Amino acid sequence: MYGDQTMNDKLTATETVEGIKTGDISCEDLLSKIYERIARSKLNCFITLNKEDALEQAIEVDKHRTEEQYSRKKLLGVPIAIKDSISTKGIQTTCASNILTGYVPPYDATVIEALKREGAIILGKTNMDEFCMGTSTETSYYGATKNPYDLHRVPGGSSGGSAAAVAADEAVLAIGSDTGGSIRCPASFCGIVGLKPTYGLVSRYGLIAYANSLEQIGPMAASVTDTALLLEILSAKDERDSTQVKLNNNASTNYCCHWISDNDETGGITGMKIGVPKEFIEGVSPEVEKLVWDAIQKYEGLGATYEQISMRNMKYALASYYIIAMSEASSNLARFDGLRYGLRTEKDEDWHTTFSQIRSKGFGEEVKRRIILGTYALSAGYYGKYYLKALKVRTLIKREFDTALKKYDMLAMPTMPFVAFELGERIKDPLSLYLADVNTVPINLAGVPSISIPCGFSNGLPVGLQLVGTHFDEDRILKAAFDYERESGI
Amino acid sequence: MIGKEEIEHIGWLARIALNETEQQLFEEQLSSILDYFAVLDELDTEDIEPTYHVIGIKDVIRDDEPKGMLSQAEVLRNAPKQEDGYIKSPRMF
Repeated sequence: MYGDQTMNDKLTATETVEGIKTGDISCEDLLSKIYERIARSKLNCFITLNKEDALEQAIEVDKHRTEEQYSRKKLLGVPIAIKDSISTKGIQTTCASNILTGYVPPYDATVIEALKREGAIILGKTNMDEFCMGTSTETSYYGATKNPYDLHRVPGGSSGGSAAAVAADEAVLAIGSDTGGSIRCPASFCGIVGLKPTYGLVSRYGLIAYANSLEQIGPMAASVTDTALLLEILSAKDERDSTQVKLNNNASTNYCCHWISDNDETGGITGMKIGVPKEFIEGVSPEVEKLVWDAIQKYEGLGATYEQISMRNMKYALASYYIIAMSEASSNLARFDGLRYGLRTEKDEDWHTTFSQIRSKGFGEEVKRRIILGTYALSAGYYGKYYLKALKVRTLIKREFDTALKKYDMLAMPTMPFVAFELGERIKDPLSLYLADVNTVPINLAGVPSISIPCGFSNGLPVGLQLVGTHFDEDRILKAAFDYERESGI
Repeated sequence: MIGKEEIEHIGWLARIALNETEQQLFEEQLSSILDYFAVLDELDTEDIEPTYHVIGIKDVIRDDEPKGMLSQAEVLRNAPKQEDGYIKSPRMF
């Protein structure tokens, strides 16, 4: 693998915090080493670095680490990479698009405020598919990110920079956003852990919107424990996102505190019922399928039972997802006109022509394709045929998940139907790229949480296992992922 | 099927000026994508309600209390063209 450490030597976020608090780790040294690694890197994980500011913060952390107001922070001094779709005050935020070149947000996203409160240090903004539209990080205006396991292959997308950075030790933690698999796909292709929270768990305030009804910000890390710790911080309550669900008082978002301490228990798995929907296995490459079955059998060994089930409406998920996502995108991306921020043409024509020219120059091909299709799907005469129809199909798909997750504690399946593909292999044929999302998009339509964890390698390339729980059941899938991680040693 | 003229028209609705090459490329690609979307026609959804929010929350309001806001300078800092504290737009006509 690319880089100078294997996954097993990685410093976890918890170890980093402990080391910094005791003084065993110098935060400044840690940051300097990471920035040196980024400078030497061939991966192109970052669009913008926050080096000067981050190093200044590290010096402050080292100086004050023993003071109570510092030592109580859960992520004290932990270097974190932020996907460039998330607003960071004072740090350029481009969504990997030319239309936002030079845009510096005047405010932080809610998740960024929460991370800062807990002492995390922002390394920089990571590369991604332009406006999150892609499965390979190849549509970025800033060039593709490369897979740390094979520099000729894609890291997955759209949060490819975040995933590759964690895999190659260019960050201890990262956050991504997931509209139709954008956290789980790159987590799978880069051999790390990534979680898409239940829709409404994490505030989207400050996330540059692509398809609001589908997307969530979520954690990406080298281990399940780090993922849980990060999710706990990301799920901060926020009244600025009206779609965030108010959890009742007994619902806890302390995802790791229950199980991290019980080192010997795998009690959560005994008696657990796992559903394996055949629609998520059909069409998957044989090597990936085998590794996923091995993982499911490992759960059986830990006391779970599994059954193959059928979710027959899944074959409609991709079409429903893309119609909804493109329609919402065509509306959301209407705000990019070069007036208040971003790219502006030198010479102005009249009102409409100027905007048409700015948007033509500022958006890349995939973004244009989706805006055009979304505009078409919402236009007079087609609304019922495409958008409304897709929303109704969404209801059927959600019901199927509700039914399955009443009978089973969780569902298990491959995250991606294959391992990371080669750079340039699919980008010329948009439909073939869309089809790669077949196992991830149904989860966003249903709004349920799911996690991708590494479950082995096929020809040296990582394979991801996807676990799906019912709404707000992050705790259960994290615990199950934790038990698998410990048992398998992967 | 979706023709070149229609694509040019949608481009105008979306305020994206598409050049000849893009129009040709999209004509071919969008038609095959729309063909793929037609799979949904197999399903009878007559009596099915559409899903807008998966958890079904609506009409969310918060207390009407003023909070901190951005200064004029902060708001204008990113605007490429401005004059006397205003954002400068292209002419209307």
